[in-house]
Amino acid sequence: MFQILDIKGSINFLRHAAPISILSAILVVGSLVSLATRGINWGLDFTGGTVVEMEFSKPVNLETLRNNLTEPLVAGAVVQNFGSSRDVLVRLQVREGVKSDAQVRVVMAKATELDPEVTQKRVEFVGPQVGKELAEQGGLAVLVALICILIYVSFRFEWRLAAGSVAALAHDVIVTLGVFSVLQLEFDLTVLAGLLTVVGYSLNDTIVVFDRIRENFLKMRKGTPEEVVNNSITQTMSRTIITTGTTLITVVALFLKGGTLIHGFATALLLGIVVGTYSSIYVASYLAIRLGINREHMMPVEVEKEGADQPSIMP
Amino acid sequence: MLNKYPMWKNIMVVLVIAIGGFYALPNLFGEDHAVQVVATRGADVTATTQSDVSAALTAKGIGIKRSELENGQLLVRVANAEDQLTAKETIAELLGDKYTVALNLAPATPEWLESVGGSPMKLGLDLRGGVHFLMEVDMSEAIRKMEEAKIADFRSQLREERIRYAGVHRTVRGIEIKFRDAETLSQAERFLKSRGNDMVFSDISSGDNVVLLAVMSEAYLKQIKEEALLQNITTIRNRVNELGVAEPVVQRQGAERIIVELPGVQDTARAKEILGATASIEFHMVDEKADVAAAANGRVPAGSELYQRREGGPVVLKKEVMLTGDHITGAQPSFDEYSRPQVAIQLDAKGGEIFSNVTKDNIGKPMATLFIEYKDSGERNPDGSVKMRKIEEVISVATIQARLGRNFVITGLTHSESQNLALLLRAGALIAPVSIVEERTIGPSLGAENIENGLQAMIWGMVVVLAFMLVYYRAFGVIANLALCANLIMVVGVMSMIPGAVLTLPGIAGMVLTVGMAVDGNVLIYERIREELRAGRSVQQAIHEGYGNALSTIADANITTFLTALILFAVGTGAVKGFAVTLMIGIATSMFTAIVGTRAIVNALWGGKRVKKLSI
Repeated sequence: MFQILDIKGSINFLRHAAPISILSAILVVGSLVSLATRGINWGLDFTGGTVVEMEFSKPVNLETLRNNLTEPLVAGAVVQNFGSSRDVLVRLQVREGVKSDAQVRVVMAKATELDPEVTQKRVEFVGPQVGKELAEQGGLAVLVALICILIYVSFRFEWRLAAGSVAALAHDVIVTLGVFSVLQLEFDLTVLAGLLTVVGYSLNDTIVVFDRIRENFLKMRKGTPEEVVNNSITQTMSRTIITTGTTLITVVALFLKGGTLIHGFATALLLGIVVGTYSSIYVASYLAIRLGINREHMMPVEVEKEGADQPSIMP
Repeated sequence: MLNKYPMWKNIMVVLVIAIGGFYALPNLFGEDHAVQVVATRGADVTATTQSDVSAALTAKGIGIKRSELENGQLLVRVANAEDQLTAKETIAELLGDKYTVALNLAPATPEWLESVGGSPMKLGLDLRGGVHFLMEVDMSEAIRKMEEAKIADFRSQLREERIRYAGVHRTVRGIEIKFRDAETLSQAERFLKSRGNDMVFSDISSGDNVVLLAVMSEAYLKQIKEEALLQNITTIRNRVNELGVAEPVVQRQGAERIIVELPGVQDTARAKEILGATASIEFHMVDEKADVAAAANGRVPAGSELYQRREGGPVVLKKEVMLTGDHITGAQPSFDEYSRPQVAIQLDAKGGEIFSNVTKDNIGKPMATLFIEYKDSGERNPDGSVKMRKIEEVISVATIQARLGRNFVITGLTHSESQNLALLLRAGALIAPVSIVEERTIGPSLGAENIENGLQAMIWGMVVVLAFMLVYYRAFGVIANLALCANLIMVVGVMSMIPGAVLTLPGIAGMVLTVGMAVDGNVLIYERIREELRAGRSVQQAIHEGYGNALSTIADANITTFLTALILFAVGTGAVKGFAVTLMIGIATSMFTAIVGTRAIVNALWGGKRVKKLSI
């Protein structure tokens, strides 16, 4: 058998934890600053408005189409390519007293002038009220997810570990949002779904490490908390690399082959998986140590673990 | 003995995977071109219709693959798209306008599979094209209607009890009832309270102004909104059926919104016109004492209101509604003896009773039919909701000749108006106007493209992951790969089994992601086994410990991911929900296949045998 990592003993991951966690802090602060100043490029789902996607029979000059869309009804339309040079996306803002149908008709008429064979592939209209509600619900969903996880992990493990895992999750969410803000990538509903998946994935990773930490505290009678944590991270490293690898492969496949509609989702996941893997070590585990996690904290959980570990329930 | 499953466990594993595979089967068969026949105007689709249709099609030389009669709906499957078009024309010609004949695609699941509940996954609109509407019910209008009704109730109740009141009016605060003195007020308050009325009364008199305020109770308000929403859903469902769309979705969302999905529909303008039109009629008595000329100048008597006749000229009607369109159960356009268009109307039992009483008491007096229509004005309120324009016209004034029962006619319309009114009344009036707050149209080519893209991503991800597992874990990699394939089949099987589950583009993304994450369980187990082997354990011990130690980790990790998926499902809408569903199913099935499924194979191959070295 060959091993990606063939490690004897353990790697001292935590030696670099202090300087690296400063990097994390900078990333988080930077993300927050960008979110506060640049904000997020909210997509149609959250702002409301109309989007028309069309396919031309030949590549078109976006500038010509843009210049044709000057009527007051559709003024301020954003025209961009979408996938290929023949696919064009036009975004229109909600206007007081203007029907979205009328806007779409004007846009399609102008497009037909350029190319009689143009086809309308997709039209989406979202009212501003609906968008606002979605944004509120979305924020609430992330918050509720974090709280539920905090409760579950406190119950199953220990509050210091729970605090560590939730801090890591918040870290991942904020940094991913920060990248979306800095690059001004469009944030739509699929990105929100991606973000929640990141929460799930990152947690998965953190739990695997924590599980090992708990086990090792009980197994290694001697050893400082740092040693136990280092040992646990080392032991789970092969698994982390393989699982992160296979998941990244499939997400990259989604990113490259999944089509434009799923791009935002794949982007959020790509970022989140990388950040999430790193944070399970340098945010979650490190914070738990700084909060003073040690052997005694793990003792009462032993009883519960026995029950959950009964081989007769699920071998 | 270590690493031996009892027989029942092996059987269970095989059975669960076999059932998953069985229900995944229908997805392999694709779809048939079909023509769907639904009865609309009091007609029925019966076995006779079925045999008539079959005969007509055979006469035209169109081969029928299968013809099914279910829930009063006939589905005829034909060989290809060309036959489908000819078949539709033939059937429409044969059956006439009492039936809606629509093109449809029906799953080509064999009958034996269908008979045990097998059906393919339902595709979301983003995968097959169509229109999605989110509609909002104008609740203030529903409440206004109920308040108007309450005012009429108060008047008649107080009159019955001979309590003198000075006036009953709607204001922003609620319904205000004026009295001459405080004593009558408290008497009226006691009486009205005793009658229930679902209202909260309070004395808001100041000085000479003796006023009793009636406000709807919270519970009543909630009930009105709930009823308005349900009634509108029923009405919209009826109208969707009139459109003749295959497999439409009409669903409530939250307290005030309705989702309508029409697969395959591209003509959104017509769909909107039919769905959003809120025509209804109300019957009012004409206020004969009122001076029409004075009213036209703004001096309308209390309790009456000025309206315009359709053919021109004002008319003053009493505000009290004698009967609303809610009681109408049937409406057909026809012609009277002078070939003038008319609409014949049938009422439900309660409506018939009300109408009978009203007409009995008012023989010889003129009664007006008020036509009310709400139209999207194209403008928006500051909060973003659509402004509706209310159009009210008196379409007929007729003297009540005799006591009318449950059947009568309305005249005074043009031919097309009578057709339209009949259709709208038959499909039920919307109790409150609705506006479209979200609309998504997906072209059919885009839908096909989305499926293609999703499948490609899945295949690429799958190939690389399978190859990696094989190289890295060798024999155990093969087992993990088998588990992964079984897992995917089970996800498809479960998705097909759950009636409400819909596959969307993000759903496909969820499946792709499952492929990547599902190996995690096996990776955790295998890494443990390797560790045990390195620590010098025997092969049997290593397998046993490996599975045992990894179990709680896998459970914890998956339960937390499941939690986030559950939250996504709870708060998400449409596509996000689709993603959450596949993710949840994926987590559940991958836990089963990765832990129990692979263990069964490992046990069968190596369990309890003398093995020196494991291929891991």
